[in-house]
Amino acid sequence: MDARVTNQPLLRVEDLCIRFYTLRGVVHALDEITLHVNTGESVGIVGETGCGKSITARGILRLIDPPGRIVKGTVNFEGTDLLSLSERDIRKIRGSQISMIMQEPKMSLNPSMRVGKQVAETLMVHDRSLNKRAARAQALEMLAAVAIPDPGRMSRRYPHELSGGMAQRIMIAMMLVTRPKLLIADEPTSALDVTIQAQIIDLMNDLIEQIGSSVLMISHDLGVVAETCDRVIVMYAGNVVESGRVTDVLRDPQHPYTQGLLKTLPDQVDADDVLFSIEGTVPSLLAPPTGCRFAPRCPHVMERCRVEVPPITPLSSDHDVSCFLHEPG
Amino acid sequence: MERSQSLEPSRPDRAPASGAERGEVLLDVVDLRVDFPLRGGLMMRVQATVRALNGVSLQLSRGEVLGLVGESGCGKTTFGRALVGLSPVTGGSIHFKGQDVLAEAQRQDRTRALKIQLIFQDPYASLHPRKQVRDLIGEGLRINGLAEGEEVDRRCLAILQRVGLGVDHLYRYPHEFSGGQRQRIALARALVLHPELLVLDEPTSALDVSVQAQTLNLLKELKRELKLTYLFISHDLGVVRYMSDRIAVMYLGNIVELGQTREVFSSPRHPYTRSLLSALPSVHGDKRLNRVVLEGDPPTPIDPPPGCPFAGRCPKVQALCRQDNPSLSTHGGAPSHQIACHYPEAP
Amino acid sequence: MAEITAKDALNHDEIRRLRLDARRRYLRDSYVLWRRNPITVVGTLIILTLLLIAAAAPLLATHDPYNQILAERLLPPSADYWFGSDNLGRDIYSRVIHGSRLTLMIAILVAITSGPLGLMIGVVAGYLGGAVDEILMRVADIFLAFPKLILAIAFAAALGAGLENAILAIAIANWPGYARLARAETLAVRNSDYIQAIRVLGAGRLRIMFLHVTPMCLSTLIVRVSLDMGAIILIAAGLGFLGLGAQPPSPEWGLMVSDGRNYIVDQWWVSTLPGTAILIVVLGFNLVGDGLRDILDPHQRQS
Repeated sequence: MDARVTNQPLLRVEDLCIRFYTLRGVVHALDEITLHVNTGESVGIVGETGCGKSITARGILRLIDPPGRIVKGTVNFEGTDLLSLSERDIRKIRGSQISMIMQEPKMSLNPSMRVGKQVAETLMVHDRSLNKRAARAQALEMLAAVAIPDPGRMSRRYPHELSGGMAQRIMIAMMLVTRPKLLIADEPTSALDVTIQAQIIDLMNDLIEQIGSSVLMISHDLGVVAETCDRVIVMYAGNVVESGRVTDVLRDPQHPYTQGLLKTLPDQVDADDVLFSIEGTVPSLLAPPTGCRFAPRCPHVMERCRVEVPPITPLSSDHDVSCFLHEPG
Repeated sequence: MERSQSLEPSRPDRAPASGAERGEVLLDVVDLRVDFPLRGGLMMRVQATVRALNGVSLQLSRGEVLGLVGESGCGKTTFGRALVGLSPVTGGSIHFKGQDVLAEAQRQDRTRALKIQLIFQDPYASLHPRKQVRDLIGEGLRINGLAEGEEVDRRCLAILQRVGLGVDHLYRYPHEFSGGQRQRIALARALVLHPELLVLDEPTSALDVSVQAQTLNLLKELKRELKLTYLFISHDLGVVRYMSDRIAVMYLGNIVELGQTREVFSSPRHPYTRSLLSALPSVHGDKRLNRVVLEGDPPTPIDPPPGCPFAGRCPKVQALCRQDNPSLSTHGGAPSHQIACHYPEAP
Repeated sequence: MAEITAKDALNHDEIRRLRLDARRRYLRDSYVLWRRNPITVVGTLIILTLLLIAAAAPLLATHDPYNQILAERLLPPSADYWFGSDNLGRDIYSRVIHGSRLTLMIAILVAITSGPLGLMIGVVAGYLGGAVDEILMRVADIFLAFPKLILAIAFAAALGAGLENAILAIAIANWPGYARLARAETLAVRNSDYIQAIRVLGAGRLRIMFLHVTPMCLSTLIVRVSLDMGAIILIAAGLGFLGLGAQPPSPEWGLMVSDGRNYIVDQWWVSTLPGTAILIVVLGFNLVGDGLRDILDPHQRQS
């Protein structure tokens, strides 16, 4: 996997800020986040509910509907700012250059269309020159590639007739059939059983290597990210708090939130000990705290943290942290 | 199917639980069967049967936490629900402190409610959206004639404080609370009746990791203070390992492995348990090489074929497996560790 | 079992204060939700106006609604007769004002009889299922097979003319729709976790049906009833038009429209003005019904 990784950011998100203008007030969902995905690498975004990881994914594809609004920032994909494109142009990119797999496959598939046809349709939408037969043939190939048994017969099934694992494979087939440059996977295995999850993770890794796509994987499950990604981005309450190589961040976390998160995992703890839990709760994004958003819960909080937002501090060539504890000097 | 052995759940490296009743068998389930007929066609005839529980036997001793794990369709939720009367039981028996729980549904419901309670998985669905917290918790008191009027308010407040909420929360509606708080309310609702056994059906699966940690800590605390016994149902092996003294692994309505948690995790002997444990993604990313990835999807429990339920996916399947459904047995290992397999791993 | 006692004692006054606070909060949130939708506000104002007019009818009327001055029949709207006069020389404006009481009475009486009846039958059928469900729903189906107006006419004819009978007839024609609705809600709610939780607490079926399932059906039912108010008024008007409802000289709006039908071409005001009153009130109920849906939905209140 290292051979194909170059240092050309395929995707670069800069200062992306997304807010939701609801009747109860303004929800500051994403607070000027910056991240990048290099060609050929897999990047994971982890965080808990409300941290903004799903919104980031949707923001990249400009799938933010009112009352949400992208207030500022750029999403640079292969040199073009996706946020500046017309609706028509971004639609050409969605599904062909950037694809997205969602959490609940059965909800994302069209329930009234046979699955084979859905995969074929994806091809035809993005390549007008393809006729039905050719598209169907390619679709069947793809179904075989995602290890669907008896693709000819399965392609005639409807989504509700499939199991969760099968449906997710169809979803993967649909999203990879156009050989996108970037695949965004939003909690692709969360709805699946553990043994099926293992299959799907293996499958995705294989296919992504074959096709050469880059991946942005969103998950709340640190284990899944550890096993599938090269780099990981940790988000909290709409901010990126730490990012870097998976091995670095998970073995030697530098941000107090990441440290706390890893300590709350029950499988790391001996049964007789009390499970560590981070004090307090995630702040409401309607009125986020000033300064560092983790300050109210941070065991190492300093006065400064409550007032200023810590900048991104590079710790090494590939490990950044947003924390005053690590500011030089 | 052979009855599982009654076990002494104390571990040598732990102080034994306080109380004279430690070790008393609280729950005795023998050969429990739950079938759901699938009707269809013009005459609504029974076309197939979903065999949700295929003769499950289990015992729970007072003060222990028994973890019930398995994937979707394995029957763990059905088992939990059968204990509280939410699943129709087709066969077998359930005894609680010697009393037959299944006899005479309606009358028993009320007495059972004071002994066994259930916590549901989805905190966003288990609280009545139109009732205030006080009524949610107090309903149990009123139904069972334990309190009325302002006494209800007082008792609700007491239990609410015990689970970490307060006076401000008593007169609010569920939609005003987060997932973690809702689970606490659900706990308060169950505990206000002073049950002895609490069935927890995936209590933290819908919660964030950090909230899960808080909830699990609370559960351990409450168990100690209120002297509870838990049946902890979960698909999350990490959580089960942390919470349980003993663990039962289920597959397609059968228990395939049963034993002390530490024992089962360190030396799993059933092929399914082994693949389940290896399938767990690890934060250290080091399991991928040794993973046993099962082929295919888990089968549905509809009209299962004879023989071992795992035969269809077992990497070590033999002819005997397809003919004869193995029963739990120690197979030469520790007396507390039982496996339902014809060819289990060596101990 | 360890006894659990509260950390702070909760005395009677505190309890009352807390309950009041909760109630106040609920009402305040309801108000905000109501105010959010201008259409609902308009509808509510119309209904409130109707209520005020009905309450203050004697004060607002300019003439005696029953007084016939034959010399002054069929006069167009003027300073004297604001809405003109009808074929018997009665002031249409005053009759419309007094008729508002009848309209309101019809709407409310039908709603409070057919609503709860349909609700109860629907919840019982939905929750108990089996034979009870089959029997009750077949009965409802028989009723529902007929258009409501036809059914109401049939019952009104059978019961005899008169406003009270008309109200009863309409109520009989109305309950099956609500029963179906309540049954559908009940089926949706019956297997939810929170109902199962109450079963686990030991609740019996009756308690569950009436204390727990019914509140969940209420909001849909209330919305439906308010949307139906318009239809109810129209059916009553129809019955009046056919001579089966209110009887002359009652200033019921439907009857007034009927009385004026011979004069539509030249003396349009005799039918049209009462008809407009019907239109406005029906519109008002429809608008409120829509808005009520939002207010009664607990998800809208998510904080």
